[in-house]
Amino acid sequence: MSRKLEFIVIAIILIFAAQFFYMSSTTHAEYGGADDKPEGVIDQITDGAYKPIAKPIWKPPSDEIESLLFGLQAATGAIIIGYFLGYYRAKNSFESDLGIQKDKKLQRDEKIQT
Amino acid sequence: MHIMEGFLPAFWCIVWFAVSIPVVAYGVYKMNKLVNKKREMLPILAVAGAFIFVLSSLKMPSVTGSCSHPTGTGVGAIIFGPAITAVLGTIVLIFQALFLAHGGLTTLGANVFSMGIVGPVVSYLIYKAGMKAKINFYFIVFLAAAFGDWATYITTSTELALAFPAGGILNYVGFFSSFSKFLEVFAITQIPLAIIEGAVSALLFKYVIEVKSDILVEMNVLTESLVRKIRGLAA
Repeated sequence: MSRKLEFIVIAIILIFAAQFFYMSSTTHAEYGGADDKPEGVIDQITDGAYKPIAKPIWKPPSDEIESLLFGLQAATGAIIIGYFLGYYRAKNSFESDLGIQKDKKLQRDEKIQT
Repeated sequence: MHIMEGFLPAFWCIVWFAVSIPVVAYGVYKMNKLVNKKREMLPILAVAGAFIFVLSSLKMPSVTGSCSHPTGTGVGAIIFGPAITAVLGTIVLIFQALFLAHGGLTTLGANVFSMGIVGPVVSYLIYKAGMKAKINFYFIVFLAAAFGDWATYITTSTELALAFPAGGILNYVGFFSSFSKFLEVFAITQIPLAIIEGAVSALLFKYVIEVKSDILVEMNVLTESLVRKIRGLAA
C-alpha cells in the first residue's frame, strides 16, 4: 500500500503549521474570525448607519461553551466517518478471508469427488 | 463565510431564500429517491455529510492573521452532485445558526447559496472537466474541493457587496468597491485553507476507494477500469 498521498497531505499541513508559528511569533495578529470582520467593513461602507435586522436567538454564553459545541460538532462528524470506513474495511477483509476458505473447501470437495 | 445573523437587509434575505429553497427542495427529492432506491448509499451519504460537519467546525489560522474555516462540500458534490450536497450543507448551517450563533436564520438563504450551492456546483464542474481531461484523479479531487471552497467565499463577498454597495447605491462602481473590500477579508484568508481542504478531501477519497469503490462505480463517479488503475498505482 502506497502512502504517497498521506505524505503529501502531511507535508502541506506541516508547511501550513510552520507558516502559522512563524507568523504568530513575528506579528501581533489577533487571529479573530474572518466571519466577524464584515461587520467592521459594513460599518465603514455605510458609516455605521446599518443596524442588524435580527439577533441570534441563542448565543453560547461563553467562549468555552462555544468551543465545546464546535468540538462536539467535529467529534460527531469524525465518529461517523471513522465508523463507516472501519466497518467497510473489516467487512472487506473478513469477506476475502471467507472467500479463501470457500475456495479451499471447493478444492477439497473436488478432490473427494475425483 | 457565514454571514452573521441580521447582517443582510430584509430584501436580500428574501432574495437568497428564494434562490436557495428550490435547489434544496430538489435536493431533498433527489436524496429521497436515491436512498429509497439504493439503501446501501446511506452510509456514504452520512460520511459525506459528516465530512462537512468536521471541516466546517475547524476554524484555522491563516496568513492574514485571521481565522476561517473550510467547507468540506467537495466530496459530497463529486459523489452525489450539487443538489444533494446543498441539503447536507443546509443541515450543517441550521445546526450552527441555532446552537453556535454562527451564521443565522435570516441569513440562512444566503449562506446556503454560497456554501451549499455555488461551492458544490463549482466542485462538480471542475470534477467533470478534470475527468474529461484525464488528469490524476486525486489531483482532480484536490482542485475541485479547493476551488469549491474558494468559490464559496467569493460568493459570500458578492452577496455582501450586493447588499452593501459603496455609496449606498447599487451600481457597477459601488459594487466593485465593496466587493474588493469583502474579498480582502475572505479571499486571501481562504487560499491556504482551500489548499488544505483540497488535500484532506483527496485523502478521504483515497480511503473510500480503498474500502467501498463499488459505490463510486455505481454513482458513476469512477469507472471500473479507473478504480483498478488507481488501485494499481497505489498498490
